[in-house]
Amino acid sequence: MYSIEVDRLTKIYGKGETAVKAIVDASLQVKPGELVAILGPSGSGKTTLLTAIGLINEPTHGKVILDGAMVADEGWLPGLDLKRIRREKLGFIFQAHNLIPFLTAIENVMIALEINHLTRTEAKSRATELLASLNLGHRLNNYPSALSGGEAQRVAIARALANRPKVILADEPTAALDTDNGKNVMSLLKKLAVENHSAILVVTHDHRMVEGFDRIFEVRDGVIVNETKRVA
Amino acid sequence: MNLAIRDIRYHRGRFILTSIGLGLLLGVVMSMGGIYRGLFADALAVLDATQADIWVVQQDTNGPFAENSRLPEDIRYRIASVPGVAQASPLSFQTIQIERQGKPFRFYLIGYDLNGFGGPPVITAGRNIRQKHYELVAAKAMKMELGQKIHLGLHDYTVVGITGKMVSSSGDPAAYVSLADAQDIQFKKDNNAIRNDRARIAAKVNEIQIISPAQAGFLNQNITGITESTHIVNTVVARLAPGAGLQDVQDRITRWNHFRAISNEEQTRILTKGMIEKAKMQVGLFRIILLVISAVIISLIIYTSTIDKIRVIATLKLIGSQNRVIIGMILQQSLLMGVIAYGSGYGLISLTYEKFPRRIVLEPIDLQLLFLIVVVICTISSFVGIRKALKVEPAEALGG
Repeated sequence: MYSIEVDRLTKIYGKGETAVKAIVDASLQVKPGELVAILGPSGSGKTTLLTAIGLINEPTHGKVILDGAMVADEGWLPGLDLKRIRREKLGFIFQAHNLIPFLTAIENVMIALEINHLTRTEAKSRATELLASLNLGHRLNNYPSALSGGEAQRVAIARALANRPKVILADEPTAALDTDNGKNVMSLLKKLAVENHSAILVVTHDHRMVEGFDRIFEVRDGVIVNETKRVA
Repeated sequence: MNLAIRDIRYHRGRFILTSIGLGLLLGVVMSMGGIYRGLFADALAVLDATQADIWVVQQDTNGPFAENSRLPEDIRYRIASVPGVAQASPLSFQTIQIERQGKPFRFYLIGYDLNGFGGPPVITAGRNIRQKHYELVAAKAMKMELGQKIHLGLHDYTVVGITGKMVSSSGDPAAYVSLADAQDIQFKKDNNAIRNDRARIAAKVNEIQIISPAQAGFLNQNITGITESTHIVNTVVARLAPGAGLQDVQDRITRWNHFRAISNEEQTRILTKGMIEKAKMQVGLFRIILLVISAVIISLIIYTSTIDKIRVIATLKLIGSQNRVIIGMILQQSLLMGVIAYGSGYGLISLTYEKFPRRIVLEPIDLQLLFLIVVVICTISSFVGIRKALKVEPAEALGG
């Protein structure tokens, strides 16, 4: 079973003559534990594809199946609790770390767990464990403003992993980092994909960051033009 | 995890300053409420202290507070003899402005019969007036010392006692003198005027051809006696005997056709509805405007604070947060701001209300009502931010 299945997904913004096709007939599958990149220049539609898979942006046509459950078929399926699915099955990593500035590192991770109905004690224990595993044990009570870019992005990764999601979606996770920190983050994602058995889909425009990815989909003008397997 | 508290903790300086600023505004609203109540208290101070059942005044007037009322002093004996009246006492009221320490100073002089009632309700320092002349009891707000002298009319008066918060309906502090002294101060002409009047009367009487010089002298003396009389009062107050009917006594006094007998209740209405109605409405309107301003300010603060948190809200939505978490954060912050602002406003007004030039009366019911209004304003104001927050799309968390 695939963690992510996208079949002939199309997203059109606007109507009539002003309609813009952001993604056209995109199809892809990602298995658990697989690390996949969507590569393309700015404006090619890669983030639109990611947001459609992430239940943020409703597809105009096509199907999206997450962890075996259909979520979109010519639009969202009726009666679907998108927030609950996002909370339970998806983890997000952003271009800017998007940590909540008034919460400490541990609280930023705990909030994701408490939203998913874990008790405060459970959330604290899990968040501490996660941050320690990402070498942030000494930064638990620091606010994001006191963290370096790499540290903040690792806290964001910890938050994305907090609820042990089946799918992790990362939108340009290295864009705000220098090359070394960017490569470290990508290495970490690779490690997590294997360890947690999560499907990780990374959107990036930077060819240098996709080394070691299981598969790479190249997107041009809203169309997946190429699929490459395992870059050595 | 309480996001509202976390946000406040992180931005505590900004939050506390904003709340204190808002607190100053609420302090002004509280003081307006206090002034509003103070107007009543001031207007009724003399009325309440006198504890009369009936105020007998000149016919067709609303005196003695609303209009001029002049009655012969000896009418007190006729009033006292009305069945049902236990006690009657004449009173005189006048507003005096003098120069004190180079500044104009206004006060309200009350003359009362030392053997009657209507004098100072309480003596907080010194003693009450004992001599018929030249002694004065001043309200605390006059800021006079015991033994200090004050020149009124033709004579100096010595402060022998201090009374509490006695003021006129316009808020001027009150002073008490004997009725005879009050009449002298109000009605006695100066020596030049007396000489002038006497000469004019004598000239007129001497023009009368049909009377002898002896008769003219006698007439002259009598006319002068009448014109120089100061035995005039502004009101005669009466207390009823137990079981006496107020309406019966009022009817009996009015039936003489020369006087109006106003009940204490009517007098209260004249003072509160007639004399301070506009001031009361003005203060009331000002309170409403200030509350609207507070509501607008709170709404703007909450809206701006929500705008500042758009990305946070989008991130929360993206990671699956329920709307109630976001609504709770905004609502709690708004309410906390209101509560802190109310607290600082209350602290401010509690520390300063005694120093206001006019009386501020802080009634618990007014303060409780204002607290409720602040809570309602904060709740409604937070809707502006909540509406904005609920419209935020999770996608706004994406991008650089």
